[in-house]
Amino acid sequence: MNIFKLFKIALTALTLNVMRSILTMLGIIIGVSAVIIMVSIGAGAQQEVDAQLEAMGGNVLIIFGGWNNRGGGGTAAVATLEDGHANLMLEQVYGVEAATPYVLGKSQLIYGNLNWSADIMGTTNDFFVTKNWDLESGRGFTAAEMNSGEKVVIIGSIIKDELFGASDPIGQSVRVGTFNAMIIGVLKAKGPDTRGDDQDDVAVMPLKTVRTKITGISKSSPNSVSYLEVKGSDTVSMAYVEEEITSLLRQTMKVADDKEDPFRIRDLAETVESRAETQAIFNTLLAAVASVSLVVGGIGIMNIMMVSVTERTREIGLRMAIGAKPDDILNQFLVEAITLCGVGGLIGIGIAFGVTYSMETYFDMVTVINPEIVFISLGFSALIGVFFGYYPALKASRLQPIDALRYE
Amino acid sequence: MGEQTLWALDGIDTIIEPGEFVAVMGPSGSGKSTYMNMIGCLDVVTEGQVYIDGSEVSSFQPDELATIRNEKIGFVFQQFNLLARTTAEENVKLPLLYSQIPESEWSERTLKCLEQVDLGPRADHQPSQLSGGQQQRVAIARALVNDPVMILADEPTGALDTHTTEEIMALFQELNEKGTTIILVTHEPEVAAYAKRQLIFRDGHLVSDELTANRVSLDIDNSSLVSNEQ
Ligand SMILES: Nc1ncnc2c1ncn2[C@@H]1O[C@H](COP(=O)(O)OP(=O)(O)OP(=O)(O)O)[C@@H](O)[C@H]1O
Ligand SMILES: [Mg+2]
Repeated sequence: MNIFKLFKIALTALTLNVMRSILTMLGIIIGVSAVIIMVSIGAGAQQEVDAQLEAMGGNVLIIFGGWNNRGGGGTAAVATLEDGHANLMLEQVYGVEAATPYVLGKSQLIYGNLNWSADIMGTTNDFFVTKNWDLESGRGFTAAEMNSGEKVVIIGSIIKDELFGASDPIGQSVRVGTFNAMIIGVLKAKGPDTRGDDQDDVAVMPLKTVRTKITGISKSSPNSVSYLEVKGSDTVSMAYVEEEITSLLRQTMKVADDKEDPFRIRDLAETVESRAETQAIFNTLLAAVASVSLVVGGIGIMNIMMVSVTERTREIGLRMAIGAKPDDILNQFLVEAITLCGVGGLIGIGIAFGVTYSMETYFDMVTVINPEIVFISLGFSALIGVFFGYYPALKASRLQPIDALRYE
Repeated sequence: MGEQTLWALDGIDTIIEPGEFVAVMGPSGSGKSTYMNMIGCLDVVTEGQVYIDGSEVSSFQPDELATIRNEKIGFVFQQFNLLARTTAEENVKLPLLYSQIPESEWSERTLKCLEQVDLGPRADHQPSQLSGGQQQRVAIARALVNDPVMILADEPTGALDTHTTEEIMALFQELNEKGTTIILVTHEPEVAAYAKRQLIFRDGHLVSDELTANRVSLDIDNSSLVSNEQ
């Protein structure tokens, strides 16, 4: 008997009891859809992480100052992070491509009768490299503007939208707190950063301008910066760069050997990745739980197949009486179980697609269904059909025709 | 508490020639069904031999027995044993599924057999939509579909009323006239009277093997009783 005939017999038998067939498949349907949904959420999260890492532009360390070692011998001024450290790192640490100092402030931007409160970032042209940002229009700072602390500003896309709408802001003068600054550039829109803060609501000015005109110069540490960013080249290990920077900074800041670092270094990529790892473990766990429900679904199939064999003993006897060989009976019930699982698997896949689609549309989640997991779960559910269908099928095929026919 | 050995059949030696119409009679428990099941390869003999069409089937393996049942034997049961929620046509077609007969012939054969039992127009009816007599005729069509050398019927009229019994018996007679060998188990002498030969069992022994005296013959078209003195 060929496989098509078998599937026809199985399908006929299953459609005779549609409701029971669907209930039997429920375990498999839920199992398969749960596995695919879990794995898709995991893959979606991974894709988001990859996108974030990509946006960061690779290996970036952030160095925060201000962890003054209490009770230390040195003065506070020595333990402060300064913009000069950026040049030191660039010159002395192998593998550093760019080092950028930042001074942060906040100010009211006024253009015409519109005003907008924004974060002001004082820095050097290197921020384009370490932050992996691009200009939408205009230009960066010139050396002269940097040196003299010129009143020029590069604005983020949100500020541009809020103050200028569709008109071109380049060359316009905008009031920044107490002074007027000329807009020389507009940044490309970037969307929220890894923590959800908006990166487009920012105005960038030369470091010296911000320090002298917005934050004011601290008497005790005139060169202090809010933080530094260091970008390492792709060929060098960030752990090595971090180590070198640590010893360079300790040396420069004259930190005694028995004292802790007066600064903190954070590897952004590492932070994102470790968060992603936690997420991945969680997702794997959920997928494992979902797989258990697949097995439970398989046991449900076995249970129903056992009932079905008992219930249909007379049918089995009749089929044997009219010429069915033991293998025909075995195959019939096996194919029934496989069909139940296979159809259940297909429905499960359909549900998984539906659920992930609505998660994307209505809950703004990123999910990625990769074809492998679809085929694997379908194959796996067919395998469950074989595994859990075999025993009931074998039991059916071992019946003596006369005993099966006489069964009450 | 040991089980007692009971010989359901003992010392039976019968030959049934092609074209015969045999009724198997006897009281309950006398071994009639056992005898039929041996011939029909549904049960195996503990001792002795069974030959069908020249082959000693008592030495066959389960697969070979299935082939014999499929190709040489058509069964008709007291309880019809039709598949529920399955049309008459699908029920009749069932033995073809397990046969070597090419699929292209299935429909034609099925419909031909349904017509032979006068159920052509009922091909797409399910058993629950048919009367007992009609269901038994579907079962007979199913027994005929593989062109068997013999039809084995264990109390085929046991679940039917007198009128329907006559209908079914007329059908058997007609089939026998056309050359099909028929072996039939029955309690009722009136039913046995349609057969050409009668075997009577008692306690597992064959006590009588005679040709039917006063054989009854029915005209299938108007179901009128015709006495046929032999
Ligand atoms: N599976 C079985 N196990 C044990 N004994 C059995 C079995 N089947 C039949 N028998 C015994 O074999 C004997 C013959 O049984 P069989 O069914 O052939 O009788 P029968 O003539 O068909 O009776 P009835 O007219 O009631 O159908 C009986 O004594 C019965 O109890
Ligand atoms: Mg009996």
